[in-house]
Amino acid sequence: MDAFVTFCLRMGDNALILGQRTAEWCGHAPVLEEDIAFANMGLDLIGQTQLWYGLAAEAEGKGRTPDDLAFLRPERQFLNSLLVEQPNTDFGHALMRQYLFDAWHLPMQEELAKSSHEGVRGLAQKTVKEVRYHLDRSRDLIVRLGDGSEESHKRMQDALDWLWPFTADLLATDEVDAQMADEGIAPVPALIAKAFDAETQATLARATLTIPETRLRRTGGRDGIHTEHMGYILAEMQSLQRTYPGARW
Amino acid sequence: MSKEWPLWEVFIRGQHGLSHRHVGSLHAPDAEMAMKNARDVYTRRNEGVSIWVVESAKITASNPDEAGAMFEPSESKVYRHPTFFDIPKEVGAM
Amino acid sequence: MYAQLVESGKAETSEQDVAFQKRIDDGIRIEPKDWMPEGYRKTLIRQIGQHAHSEIVGQLPEGNWITRAPTLQRKAILLAKVQDEAGHGLYLYCAAETLGISRDEMTEQLLAGKAKYSSIFNYPTLTWADIGAIGWLVDGAAIMNQVPLQRCSYGPYSRAMIRICKEESFHQRQGFDIMRALVEGTEDQKAMAQDALNRWWWPSLMMFGPSDKDSVHSEQSMRWGIKQNTNDELRQKFVDQTVPQAEWLGLTVPDSELSWNEEKGGYDFGEPDWNEFMEVIKGNGPCNRERLEARQKAWDDGAWFREGLMAHAEKQSAPIAAE
Repeated sequence: MDAFVTFCLRMGDNALILGQRTAEWCGHAPVLEEDIAFANMGLDLIGQTQLWYGLAAEAEGKGRTPDDLAFLRPERQFLNSLLVEQPNTDFGHALMRQYLFDAWHLPMQEELAKSSHEGVRGLAQKTVKEVRYHLDRSRDLIVRLGDGSEESHKRMQDALDWLWPFTADLLATDEVDAQMADEGIAPVPALIAKAFDAETQATLARATLTIPETRLRRTGGRDGIHTEHMGYILAEMQSLQRTYPGARW
Repeated sequence: MSKEWPLWEVFIRGQHGLSHRHVGSLHAPDAEMAMKNARDVYTRRNEGVSIWVVESAKITASNPDEAGAMFEPSESKVYRHPTFFDIPKEVGAM
Repeated sequence: MYAQLVESGKAETSEQDVAFQKRIDDGIRIEPKDWMPEGYRKTLIRQIGQHAHSEIVGQLPEGNWITRAPTLQRKAILLAKVQDEAGHGLYLYCAAETLGISRDEMTEQLLAGKAKYSSIFNYPTLTWADIGAIGWLVDGAAIMNQVPLQRCSYGPYSRAMIRICKEESFHQRQGFDIMRALVEGTEDQKAMAQDALNRWWWPSLMMFGPSDKDSVHSEQSMRWGIKQNTNDELRQKFVDQTVPQAEWLGLTVPDSELSWNEEKGGYDFGEPDWNEFMEVIKGNGPCNRERLEARQKAWDDGAWFREGLMAHAEKQSAPIAAE
């Protein structure tokens, strides 16, 4: 596959799968204000999905639509990081997943807003504001809950322990990233990794949380090798399109 | 059972140049969260350019039982309104 | 989304009551710190509470399809719509809180089964067409109920309703738009749309509450300006508005008694099954248990989150102890 298409799909798939996970909370969040805030994030992510898929579909030139990319690709062709597909074990996991993603996503979007590719640049200049707010909010909640009650601290630490190994998949690199960086389309991955480390170390320390010392690194999502959760996400999300092929909705 | 988050009143400036206006209330553990929640709850349709949040308990309100003494005395000061004065048409706009 | 089964307190006739009634008759809104009869306060707390609970429980049947919406745009629209319901619940709880009850208390009443919510949300959403039918019929019926409530005599309720009606204006349209795409689609999709209409039509008519002749509580609420129209008036209006829309869609309203009555300038229609309605209200509908269980779970599972944030806020505001 064309490197640029791969890059756009990775970005779009991250947004879609995280958006899907986020939307699962609608009607079930711990408090109304948070229910509404989570839905706002979900809406931003679905919107970002449509933009990235639009770029991917256009570059691919096969006449596929963003909806085709979302609803008709099989699991092995989804290129999101493993982090975003992790389940909503509790609201702590959902917040930690969001925070870790945002800590990577914001520096990425800030750099993409300077991309040599006009479409990418335009997209990022629009969405970087959404992402900045997401990080503001998720960072704030991580600090508050980490340094909150005994139970909230424990839950946030548990979530961090579980999710941390998956951040390796956000920061993983391959020849696609190298090519994107060479062409000035996307930033040099090391730059984003550095920003991610600085953000997480400072924030998690303020939250009185400890980054787990583990050698476990969970990667593969960017190549379509997912965790077992992914199949269920897609089975649910794609069910109507799969049951009624070709129908318009 | 734990303590409920306090109630906050939300005021939004709808457009540049206008005053902040009361739009509703919400719950939040503190002012910073109240601000974020206000953004998420009350500006979903692009309703504002600036937000104030005030803890409801900190607002001092006039007592409706004293409304007569508070507000009626100004009713008789009719000369404070421009319509009180009769300016001949020929004089023009004033 | 809407409130039903309004019960009102006993009428009293003190001097204050007379002045209060005059104020309502003069169309002057009642505000939180104003004197009000205890019955008025209680009626409002119950009605606004029921209304708020309906919004919150009402998130569940539609929320059931957010992760399965068939296109990205439908997904975004549905998420935005269900999010609006949460917002409406929030505005209404806040309006009720001005009457001296807390949101937590109201939540506990809901979870204990002491407070009601609209019966319609105890029906299951089985196909995507149900999401269309809910928007078109349920939101359509809700709007009929809610528009007059914008003129409710209690200021905070009236203002909440103004905001809600403004936001809800797209809800019915998005439902109709889903139905329209279905009837313009394949045979399977059209059948799905008809099936949804068949299942949601009668429960939608029941949303207006029992017939006026069986509704003993309406009168005082009307006098207090809490309620503006009778249940039957609104039901008639809903049928008159909706039947032509169903015809436009090429769908059949599942009522063999439905016919145009030239003389009254409206439709004659059959009687909903009020036994079914009463059973659903009592907790014996298809999804009553599931709905309350979902709300209970969100409440219980979220306790640590609410407490954790409060604990943090208290730590931050606590004066540093001088050693």
